[in-house]
Amino acid sequence: MTGADAGVLLRADKVRKYFPVPGGLLHGRAVHVRAVDDVSLDVRVGETLGLVGESGCGKSTLGRCLLRLHELTSGTVTFAGQDISGFTRRAMRPLRREMQMVFQDPYASLNPRKRVGNIIAEPLRIHRQGDRTAVRRRVGELMDLVGLSPEHANRYPHEFSGGQRQRVGVARALALHPRLIIADEPVSALDVSIRAQVINLLDDLQDTLGLTYIFIAHDLGVVRHVSDRIAVMYLGKIVELSPAEELYERPVHPYTEALLSAVPVPDPDAAATRKHIVLEGDVPSPVAPPPGCRFAPRCRYATDVCRTEEPPLVQHGGPAHLAACHHPLNVG
Amino acid sequence: MTATSAGSAASLLEVTDLRVTFDTEDGVVRAVDGVSFELGEGETLGIVGESGSGKSVTMMSVMRLIIDPNAHFAGSVVYRGQDLMALDKKEMRAVRGSEVAMIFQDPMTSLNPVYKVGWQIAEQIRAHRKVSKAEANRQAVELLAAVGIPNPERRADDYPHHFSGGMRQRVMIALALSCDPRVLIADEPTTALDVTIQAQILALIKKLRTDFGSSVVLITHDMGVVAEMADRVAVMYAGRIVEHGTVREIFHRPQHPYTWGLLGSIARLDRPKPERLNAIPGAPPSLTRLPTGCAFAERCAYRFDKCAEVPPLHDRVGNGHLDACHLSAEEKQQHRSQLLLFSAGLPETLIAGEDAS
Repeated sequence: MTGADAGVLLRADKVRKYFPVPGGLLHGRAVHVRAVDDVSLDVRVGETLGLVGESGCGKSTLGRCLLRLHELTSGTVTFAGQDISGFTRRAMRPLRREMQMVFQDPYASLNPRKRVGNIIAEPLRIHRQGDRTAVRRRVGELMDLVGLSPEHANRYPHEFSGGQRQRVGVARALALHPRLIIADEPVSALDVSIRAQVINLLDDLQDTLGLTYIFIAHDLGVVRHVSDRIAVMYLGKIVELSPAEELYERPVHPYTEALLSAVPVPDPDAAATRKHIVLEGDVPSPVAPPPGCRFAPRCRYATDVCRTEEPPLVQHGGPAHLAACHHPLNVG
Repeated sequence: MTATSAGSAASLLEVTDLRVTFDTEDGVVRAVDGVSFELGEGETLGIVGESGSGKSVTMMSVMRLIIDPNAHFAGSVVYRGQDLMALDKKEMRAVRGSEVAMIFQDPMTSLNPVYKVGWQIAEQIRAHRKVSKAEANRQAVELLAAVGIPNPERRADDYPHHFSGGMRQRVMIALALSCDPRVLIADEPTTALDVTIQAQILALIKKLRTDFGSSVVLITHDMGVVAEMADRVAVMYAGRIVEHGTVREIFHRPQHPYTWGLLGSIARLDRPKPERLNAIPGAPPSLTRLPTGCAFAERCAYRFDKCAEVPPLHDRVGNGHLDACHLSAEEKQQHRSQLLLFSAGLPETLIAGEDAS
């Protein structure tokens, strides 16, 4: 790790990921979905970076690009000072140990025919971490760590509840002592009371194991609770990147403002008095995003400049607070 | 909002001691276990609970939409003096759609993928009322406009898959409204939608409530959505209503430890961030092996000997706010203030202010 990068575990620089649309030709050119379009960010050691946005904003694709589960269209990803964007599958393999993923659907991400003990042991076997006894011992440790009783290692996923399955997913991700975990909507499929259990578990694990998280979610309450910094995405771009509390107290981008105001608050009196910004229309297609600022067609502050010139992601408000907007809110 | 306790005169729908069981290989599933509530004219009742709490099965049973030879029903459902449980299929069909309509989380459960949406709405209008085709089509376009679909004349000729998720939800609402129902039952209408689209749909349901004067039963797991929409709230757990009161009572003076747990589990945006969320330990009990006593007791931090018997849903506060917990009102107030103060970091003055109001 070089001096300038001290403390940065993962860096994305101008990352783009375009998916070709099958059979799509527009004016004779191939058509692409611009899922991630020119995204740069740093993830520091030990922090939790939240990635929020609505469906189709590119947050999951970005997460997968950072893990190199997708080939990048352009840009670079640096992990622990090493540019991994050009790495082959084989070259990536030792790095896979250090970066793991926890998925949204605990029903789909666990093989129903395997016992959970084997599911958790699988990464250990693939990376040849010790003999049978060592693996069995480690599986017991891991189950204990995530709050499952090790005696249940012989059960199948369907014998567990949703929350317990998500714990299995977390145990599997932790098996190889990773440094970075990308959790993609890890609690969205869970009931409220179970959701809190899993969030607290992830919190505790971060403290005890010194993990770095990228936490992808659409639930702004959950993201605020877990994150140190938050990046808000809209149509493939980061529109705002800020320390967590600052984002909620002083949102700079009108999209963030609208997103926050749309979250229903569990307080009937506040609900009656709160001002709601109801955004008109739907998110435009990422195949042909609007020119200028991508949020302009739905933005109530938009002027001519917004429709022609794309605003850069620059500092507004606090020193670590970035936003891409021609008419920033809550500044000065 | 004062007519919340039993016996309000303007009640449209009265459900009394509804029980729904399913025979399965693993035994009898008691999905709904003695649920009673009523719905007043123009009122919005929120039913909250987690998956498997019986909230959807309750309302599906009210609508007589559960067609399963293994399902058994008991109790009474009276809609404007008419016992829905006693109606035959044909009579029930007349109630459904024109009197009580239901919308679901997934619009494709209500929309037919192979017909144009305008046609589907017109068809429904003609099934319930004697109008010409042209008139039904005109009304269909009007409804699409009323639910905020741009270019309704043109969009009426589109198929369901041409619409985005939020727009499809609007089409389903238009379909549900086509015969001016007095009661709209909405089962997780916004759960699959993004927050900004959810805000649009909730605003739409609110507007329809004022414009058409319909009563709404809103089934959801989202405490925020309930707080925003409901006049009264029923909290369900393991097939039973465990707490029932006005929305302000439920959110400001919750009586049941399960409700405290639900409120403590949410990472909320309107409060300072707590160190930890107040998760409820454990998981809900299996509906085939419900405990003999309070179904929540196993996960409850305040359980005592008496919890071995089922607590009745009863007004323990003395203001029409019902709860099913053996603790006394004083004990509850004590536990609650400690818990909410601790979890949400609420200033003392706020709590005091609430209790004074």
